[in-house]
Amino acid sequence: VTDGHEAGGTGSTRSRRASLAWLGLTPFFTYVTLVFLVPIGFILFQAFRRTTTTGVTRDPVTQQFVKHSETSFTFANIQDSLEGIYRTSLVTSVKLSAITAILGAVFGVLLAAAVVSSSSQFLRQVVISAAAVTANFGGIPLAFLFIATLDANSGIVTIFLQDHLGISLQDDLHVELPELSGLCVVYLYFLIPLMVLVMAPALEGLKPQWAEAAENLGASRWTYWRLVAAPVLLPSFLGAVLLLFCSAFSAYATTYAINSSFPLITIRIDAVLSGNVLPGQENLGAALALLMIVVVLPLTVIYQLLQRRTSRWLA
Amino acid sequence: MHTPPRTRLAGTAALAALGLALAACGSDNSSAPAATDSSSTTTTDWSTAQSAEAGGGMEALVAAAKKEGTLNVIALPPSWANYAEIISTFKQKYGIKVNSENPDGASADEIHALKSTKGQSSAPDVVDVGNSYAISGAQDGLFAPYQVATWGDIPDGQKDTGGLWTSDYGGYISIGCNATKVQTCPKTIKELDNPAYKNMVALNGDPTESNSAFQGVWALALANGGSADDIQPGIDFVKKLNDEGIFNKTQVTPATVASGATPIVLDWDYLNVAEGTELAKKNQKWEVNDPADGLVSAYYAQAISRSAPHPAAARLWEEYLYSQDPDGGQNLWLKGYARPIELVAMQKAGTADKAALAKVPPVNDPNPFVPTQDQVTKATDTVTKNWSAAVAG
Repeated sequence: VTDGHEAGGTGSTRSRRASLAWLGLTPFFTYVTLVFLVPIGFILFQAFRRTTTTGVTRDPVTQQFVKHSETSFTFANIQDSLEGIYRTSLVTSVKLSAITAILGAVFGVLLAAAVVSSSSQFLRQVVISAAAVTANFGGIPLAFLFIATLDANSGIVTIFLQDHLGISLQDDLHVELPELSGLCVVYLYFLIPLMVLVMAPALEGLKPQWAEAAENLGASRWTYWRLVAAPVLLPSFLGAVLLLFCSAFSAYATTYAINSSFPLITIRIDAVLSGNVLPGQENLGAALALLMIVVVLPLTVIYQLLQRRTSRWLA
Repeated sequence: MHTPPRTRLAGTAALAALGLALAACGSDNSSAPAATDSSSTTTTDWSTAQSAEAGGGMEALVAAAKKEGTLNVIALPPSWANYAEIISTFKQKYGIKVNSENPDGASADEIHALKSTKGQSSAPDVVDVGNSYAISGAQDGLFAPYQVATWGDIPDGQKDTGGLWTSDYGGYISIGCNATKVQTCPKTIKELDNPAYKNMVALNGDPTESNSAFQGVWALALANGGSADDIQPGIDFVKKLNDEGIFNKTQVTPATVASGATPIVLDWDYLNVAEGTELAKKNQKWEVNDPADGLVSAYYAQAISRSAPHPAAARLWEEYLYSQDPDGGQNLWLKGYARPIELVAMQKAGTADKAALAKVPPVNDPNPFVPTQDQVTKATDTVTKNWSAAVAG
């Protein structure tokens, strides 16, 4: 570990320090290469390749097949990934992610504002801790939590509404767990807490002096929020929306455990890579993964720009 | 191969792939066939032996396998078709250690493991895969040809002519039904179309991913004018059930069966009967019927890896699985409510475990439904194209 307080070192120590700094970066660089760059390169390569079998012969002694095939660069996988069930899945994934990201952001920021402005330190800590737990709650346990509460046949909320209020959760309120409506509820369960966690520090960053200064200059509370707080918070709010979108877009296990037929692009990738029905479709899986990258990449760039903007005021 | 409830999370596959890549860096040479060891009296290279006889007989095979001492298996869930007992009996009988990798894996995972761990001592020796994966795996040159002693008792069409793969056990698509919650359980597929079953009828998974759901759709097709060439009537029937609010899209797991979230489930009869045994412990009755109007059976297939690190143990495992002895694989599968591939021959010879057979739903199926590979490919294309629209909304 090098520290930078000896600013005026000799040439030799400076060069040694440079080599040590390079060493310090190596684990990170290796990590990024292995888990990020190599897989992306693999996906890019595989997405544009396809093997076509031209004929199969058999050796009568060893009983082994000899396959004659040609592997070539092609756009066929990309084309397939944009048709039929795969197209539907991409559209549904984007739709579900966009709806839940926007709803989650709105509800989450309101909750965060309420918590931050609360005078009770205890309440704040309880809500933030609970948010940290629920934001990371996912997979099979979360799926079964909702099956046990909202399922049409056995969910306790369903049965309670039916028996005591005569309301059908499915027919009257249109919340059907294995459908888009029900999955939105499930996603919001972990996205709203995520929003609270992301936005609470930003809201805390609003300096009381700004509100006081605005007030001294004759601004109403509303004017302060409209002209000072909102513009300062907007970049981090939009950044949080993108974060929620990406989080929802990549979710998989919970939806799979609720309804494995639901058209999500992540579930489609699982079906071609790790299923029991579609052999030899790995390249299509790579094409689907590439589509996900194409959706997320511009969002990541925008997120970075927003972060820069955010740090101007809320460092 | 199997699609029981899985706890895989997104990213696990990528991590696994990375792990395999790292493992490949440290691969050792201990995977050379142990049977070629010259200190042994037999010098058979079991990795190329196409039968026990060709390698010097059963005794030589047992000796060579014991010498190897280990067998690597993959994707064999202990609660599936009695695999827990099958593995423990093998261990006891021959004193060979069994490494069970990724017990909840799917057929695609098994094929992937064969390709990516080739040459390593931890690579799978044998696989148990769905029929279409057996056929494509054979064409990819992943398997070694081998004919078990009971080869003649395996029906034609249920084995590769050269012995690269052999069907092992299977069952029929059945209708499981919670008789404690449902007043009258459906016995045929036609009977499923009944408003009394609102929100109840579920398939075990998505038919583009789960083989039991795929074959379930085919059973629905047969009952509605479909055939081996035409799976579409099955998709149309699900669409009708979905429009009427009868079709239930909840992913079936033992938990949803126990909680009543999925009261009627189309699945393999051996899984439904096993579900029934579990539910009986909770004082619920799970009735299982093989629908006479849609009899679809399917069998999984065994294959030995061409580059098996334990070639003799792999072959001994196959001999054991196809043995008709009371403690052989065929009868142990039957005890797990699955139908062993040699069942007809065993019934003729009187070697089938009668108590176990009595628990398997009775079927009268003189002309079993055996679609060709081309028909399977056509049906998968149709399902991939039309399924999501049928169950939308």
